[in-house]
Amino acid sequence: MALRVGCVAPPGRALENKTGAWRVFKPTFEPEKCTKCGMCAMVCPEGCVHETEEGTFEPDLDYCKGCGICAEVCPKKCIRMEKEEK
Amino acid sequence: MAEVEQGCALFSAGHRACGGCGPALAARLLLKATGKNVIIAAATGCMEVFSTPYPETAWGVPWIHSLFENPAAVASGIEASLKRQGRSEKVVCIGGDGATLDIGMLCISGAFERGHDITYVCYDNEAYMNTGIQRSGATPYGASTTTSPAGKCSPGNVHQKKDMPAILAAHGAPYVATASIAYPNDFVQKVERAINTPGPCYIQVHTPCCTGWGFESGETLAMGKLAIETGLWVNYEMVDGAVEKVKKVKRKPVEEYLSKQKRFRHLFKPARRDDEIAKIQAIADANAERFGIDIKRKEPSE
Amino acid sequence: MLEFMEGSHAVAEIVKRCRPQVIAAYPITPQTHIVEDLAQMVANCEIDAEYITVESEFSALSACLGASAAGSRVYSATTSQGLALMFEVCFNVAGMRQPIVMTIANRSLGAPLSIWNDQQDSISLRDSGWLQFYAEDNQEAADLHMIAYRVCEDHDILLPAFVCFDGFILSHTYEPVSLPTQEEVDAYLPAFNPYQRLDAEAPLSFGMYATPEYYMEFRYEVDRAMHRAGEAFAKAGRAFGEQFGRDYSDPVEGYRLEDAETVLVAMGSICGTIKDAVDEMREHGRKVGLLKIRMFRPFPAREIADALEGASTVAVLDRNISLGCGGAVGTEVKAALQGSGAAVYDYIIALGGRDVRKRDIAAVVDLAEKGKGDMFYGLRTEVL
Repeated sequence: MALRVGCVAPPGRALENKTGAWRVFKPTFEPEKCTKCGMCAMVCPEGCVHETEEGTFEPDLDYCKGCGICAEVCPKKCIRMEKEEK
Repeated sequence: MAEVEQGCALFSAGHRACGGCGPALAARLLLKATGKNVIIAAATGCMEVFSTPYPETAWGVPWIHSLFENPAAVASGIEASLKRQGRSEKVVCIGGDGATLDIGMLCISGAFERGHDITYVCYDNEAYMNTGIQRSGATPYGASTTTSPAGKCSPGNVHQKKDMPAILAAHGAPYVATASIAYPNDFVQKVERAINTPGPCYIQVHTPCCTGWGFESGETLAMGKLAIETGLWVNYEMVDGAVEKVKKVKRKPVEEYLSKQKRFRHLFKPARRDDEIAKIQAIADANAERFGIDIKRKEPSE
Repeated sequence: MLEFMEGSHAVAEIVKRCRPQVIAAYPITPQTHIVEDLAQMVANCEIDAEYITVESEFSALSACLGASAAGSRVYSATTSQGLALMFEVCFNVAGMRQPIVMTIANRSLGAPLSIWNDQQDSISLRDSGWLQFYAEDNQEAADLHMIAYRVCEDHDILLPAFVCFDGFILSHTYEPVSLPTQEEVDAYLPAFNPYQRLDAEAPLSFGMYATPEYYMEFRYEVDRAMHRAGEAFAKAGRAFGEQFGRDYSDPVEGYRLEDAETVLVAMGSICGTIKDAVDEMREHGRKVGLLKIRMFRPFPAREIADALEGASTVAVLDRNISLGCGGAVGTEVKAALQGSGAAVYDYIIALGGRDVRKRDIAAVVDLAEKGKGDMFYGLRTEVL
């Protein structure tokens, strides 16, 4: 694809970089204990924790780097970080 | 949770920040506060590098990076141009502590002295992180960095943290605030206030760096909370130069914070450096005194 | 209609008519009269522009960059130490393809500190991707600003430009200048129409970083644009001639070259002196001429080689020096004339404001015809 003048780019192409491949630890969300506070979605540095139809939350594993911040802040401790089997 | 979704869209996933990156979270929260009607002027540094390797930009708002030290000057020009064109976008600078406190002093001082209607957000991870963890004017006393390493005859960084909020308040900035990603809603509210206050406003947001400070990536917000609880970071606002809305804490000893980070490990291993830890405690105590952060316990007779 | 005015004032009057929306400049001798005149015009509401009194030249060009990227035509002016301070931003502006036009009131670089004229400052940035034009007199200085904006803003070009005129010699001298009306300038230079801009309705990321996978191609694109700028200048210069009667369709201007055996090559105000010297030497039967270089970047190698085809001796006068090498113009002219068979010599002359007289020009011609060159001309040997 031809270069854009001045090293300029429109939004969107960062999404081509699937950072989920970086992961060592994988989060597992337990919706039964979730109080729907939304903290996990607010504090994810990737912005890849999304609300489900039920109002609970789930990670987008294409981008989740497994950092564990969501698990640490969750007031109900209903997010578990486990070593991922590749 | 539509706001949260919008935050995602304006700063997308796929960026190359370390897992658990404090500044990456700060970027998302910043855009949650500004919404899409904003133009960002960014400095060279971690946030710029991890978010814009051509052509993979993570930014969903207009964004410009020129050099390391000049976002405040670039923003001055953008603001002037928008004024002439009658446009409404907010102009927000974002730079790390290196770009802001050190190499960018010239441009930020000039922009604030001239009173441009801009907001400058400094994400403070307390060193030049993108180039490999070298000390900056924001590196706290006693921290080991690659250019202020702890060694046989050095306790690490021997300089005090530059008081940038005070410097910019002295320029006549109508609103100056410190914040932390450990209190994300507070940071978002402060950004909202800053962009809606006419004139040059400044927010320095504490963004712990797991890679540079040496702690597990999941502890980023916990570390930010401990910084505040020990008094080594104070969250406050300055309105027309007067301090207000200081976050009060039930103070913990600084050792609880220092012992959890590799950059302070030399204070504990191979031997405890109680003299150095005491100096750092004194800094926290001085902050507590200056800003009044200690929650006073009520005496039974009151 | 001709008006008698100071060079700086002529530049300010033309810049006003070019309708910049944002002006960001830092005062420095000998450019000060330009920025002071513009400040007064803004204060009198004669220009519809924001005037940012920046805290340094580094900030001046950074502010211009921001304003340009946001969609405004911008202007700045500097010289010498100020331009040197802008070094980093200059490369940045060209790489970001912002069409900024900046006046350079040429002045020597310290150390030692000197406020007087030579062309070291702009010449030292010849690698930066900025177009470079050199004015012989104040009329050219004024005209070149209009042409520069038009060339720079062409969507096929999108490069910044230095319009250079010799400090004090032109900036502070009074000459008759014909200033166009606002309507005439508007007809020649339409409103700024940015190729792309910072805009919340159509967000873009400007100034991303390029890995080794992309960097070379971006630099190649800038180089290609610079080469296209030569043609764009010729086209814009011809249109200027059709509208105003002064033709600028050539990046070089020959003076009495037709049967010249020895040709002097130079840039800037020294060309005025050289033309008078050439006339005198011609009266004494010497077959001499002048090739004035008006556009130094992109370097008009082909036009120079074509113009100098008949010359057997070429004497390049350099008001600059690449220390440890030689004069920049001389070095590049020699490269352009490789294989031509002409004897090409380089003379470092008139640095730091030292005066040049017609007899100095004649002396250089003598030296060149005797085969003596590649030297400093006019050193005060008594102080060495």
